[in-house]
Amino acid sequence: MTMRRLTTCSLLYGASVLLAASAVLAQEHGYTPADIENGSRLYQSSCAGCHGPTGDMVPGIDLMRGQFRRGSTDTEIIRIIQTGIPGTTMPPSSFSDTQAGTIVAYLRSLAPASGRAGAGGDVPRSDIVKGKALFDGKADCAACHRVNGNGPRVAPDLSDIGAIRQAKELHEKLLDPNALVRPGNLFLEAVTKNGETITGRVLNQDTFSIQLLDSHERLRSLSRSALRDYRFVKSSPMPSYRDKLSAEEMNDLVAYLVSLKGLRP
Amino acid sequence: MYSPPFSPLARVCCGRVNRGLAILGDTLFMGTIDGHLIAIDAKNGKPIWDVALSKPELGYSLTMAPLIVKDKVIMGPAGGEYGIRGFIAAFDAKTGREAWRFNTVPAPGDPGHETWPASSNAWEHGGGSIWVTGSYDPELNLMYFGTGNPGPDWNADPRPGDNLYTDSVVALNPDTGRLAWHYQFTPHDEFDYDSTQVPVLADLAWQGRTRKVMLWANRNGFWYVLDRSNGQFLQGKPFVRVNWAEGIDEKGKPKRVLNASPEGTLVYPNNQGATNWYSPSYSPRTGLFYIPSWMDTYSTYTKGPVEYKEGNQYVGRFPTMTVPALRTGPGAINTRTPQEGWGAIQAFDPKTAELKWQFKMTDVTDSGVLTTASDLVFAGGREGHFFALDARTGAQLWTGSVGGQVSAGPMSYAVAGRQYVAIAAGSALFVYALRQ
Repeated sequence: MTMRRLTTCSLLYGASVLLAASAVLAQEHGYTPADIENGSRLYQSSCAGCHGPTGDMVPGIDLMRGQFRRGSTDTEIIRIIQTGIPGTTMPPSSFSDTQAGTIVAYLRSLAPASGRAGAGGDVPRSDIVKGKALFDGKADCAACHRVNGNGPRVAPDLSDIGAIRQAKELHEKLLDPNALVRPGNLFLEAVTKNGETITGRVLNQDTFSIQLLDSHERLRSLSRSALRDYRFVKSSPMPSYRDKLSAEEMNDLVAYLVSLKGLRP
Repeated sequence: MYSPPFSPLARVCCGRVNRGLAILGDTLFMGTIDGHLIAIDAKNGKPIWDVALSKPELGYSLTMAPLIVKDKVIMGPAGGEYGIRGFIAAFDAKTGREAWRFNTVPAPGDPGHETWPASSNAWEHGGGSIWVTGSYDPELNLMYFGTGNPGPDWNADPRPGDNLYTDSVVALNPDTGRLAWHYQFTPHDEFDYDSTQVPVLADLAWQGRTRKVMLWANRNGFWYVLDRSNGQFLQGKPFVRVNWAEGIDEKGKPKRVLNASPEGTLVYPNNQGATNWYSPSYSPRTGLFYIPSWMDTYSTYTKGPVEYKEGNQYVGRFPTMTVPALRTGPGAINTRTPQEGWGAIQAFDPKTAELKWQFKMTDVTDSGVLTTASDLVFAGGREGHFFALDARTGAQLWTGSVGGQVSAGPMSYAVAGRQYVAIAAGSALFVYALRQ
């Protein structure tokens, strides 16, 4: 019996201030690939039961994006792994300093600023500027996507895409838009009993209704009983950039996307 | 108000929950998350006795509501994710003295131990938790408990064999704790298919004669009819999409075709199962068995390294799932496609195994089902609706918005001749009655 209820199952969970310190700044130790691999095993066997395989199953906590509430340094996080958090369901463990350190190494390796998520800090500023120009101009991404409060809501908001996607994934997505459609970015085509066809991004659904944002950015709540037919659109409305951008342009665009880390406190 | 202290040593997998109290005369009984069984004076809230069942630092916790049979309080521990060795124990209701203990993983020399490796101590950490209260048949003087997964959950290499009595139902004499019979739903489980469901006892006309049966919708995707007097397997059919076994053979053993693998194995139903602790229901009026069902869910099980270490989780690698165990945080946004899983209340005829009707929901449900003598079926789901269906057709008759997830069982009671239906949703209790 695993994961019956997760009401308060919480590593690093509490009321203290969110310390979204850069994972790079917070990293005090050097890690080897073997550390990360060992940490991955320990995480999956001992932590994922409550925190989930991707570290975000406890509300307000996202371990793999470096969002911790109770500490930011490696030493602090190692101590929390070892001693638990009294008054919560985060239990103490008998991990040694080395073992707990490998779990931290694993989490750090997945944090967006660590390099795994993209070229990050190594990319020349000029490439990012060129990428933004492509985003707004030639590639015309801004016709559908919103960034930091500007642009339409028809396609997913990309304000923090660099924090949740790796450069490799973004490349792949630009070449093949049907790859890697995240839950929450699904499009639905519905035909009402009046014959109206509505296409939009699904915001929520339940047994009796569907809420979506239609192609005119209108929030629509559709009663299922008023629909003649509806289907999830398998293919993404986004065009492929395979033949539209050069390899260099593609790199610049990805550099810009990777630089979008979201508006965080 | 009585609030027992909570040991910081407790290890609790899967939620800090309490599934209820029991009462005998003026005494209440409760289990605690750190492994204590406590008797409380119902009149003044003062503790009468307090027994520690086992060590909380090793993962033993009590989440189930105790079962009272005659003068005994029956209890067993959760904790299969920490390498516990499960048991069911009986305590004298007056004194708290332990009367007997039945180990769900037999020791060397005991019947059933041959289903564990002889060359290791795997049985000592073999799991077999007790998460959910069993059922009692006073006429047969037998009680029935479902047992949890074997340990470790997702890498079975340390425990070759069928691993009795995990993922089973055990029929025990409540006076002695003696095992009358057992039936194992999932031998050598690698998919976390705990048999922690509520045993439903019914008397059915079965092939020309009345039989005392047990109806059991299992997490592994099959629903079963067993003879509850002797454990005889009568029928086992899938009620959701299942790919780990190609049916059940005549003796009641699943014809298994899939195992966890280092490269990952995609298995239907998912790790949370086709159903779980949410109470199913049988109506003697309609003769139908009603199951809250998780449809078309799947997990990928990747075999990872595992090592027992006191107080740590002993599970292997966590499987992936498209449907989360429970919604986390507010919002309850659902943007899944039907291929990733959906929910249903299903009605089956045990005599023919026929699906009579299916009430489809976009999201899965953790709600129990209540049937009434007026041929209604009450249930709810994660979407914040509580509803009444026609027990014979599944037609939706009424829906109420409760603004939170329904992950409890509905109940009905009468006061001064007026009938009420109650349901807990989110952190509120809703009670309904007909207008007068």
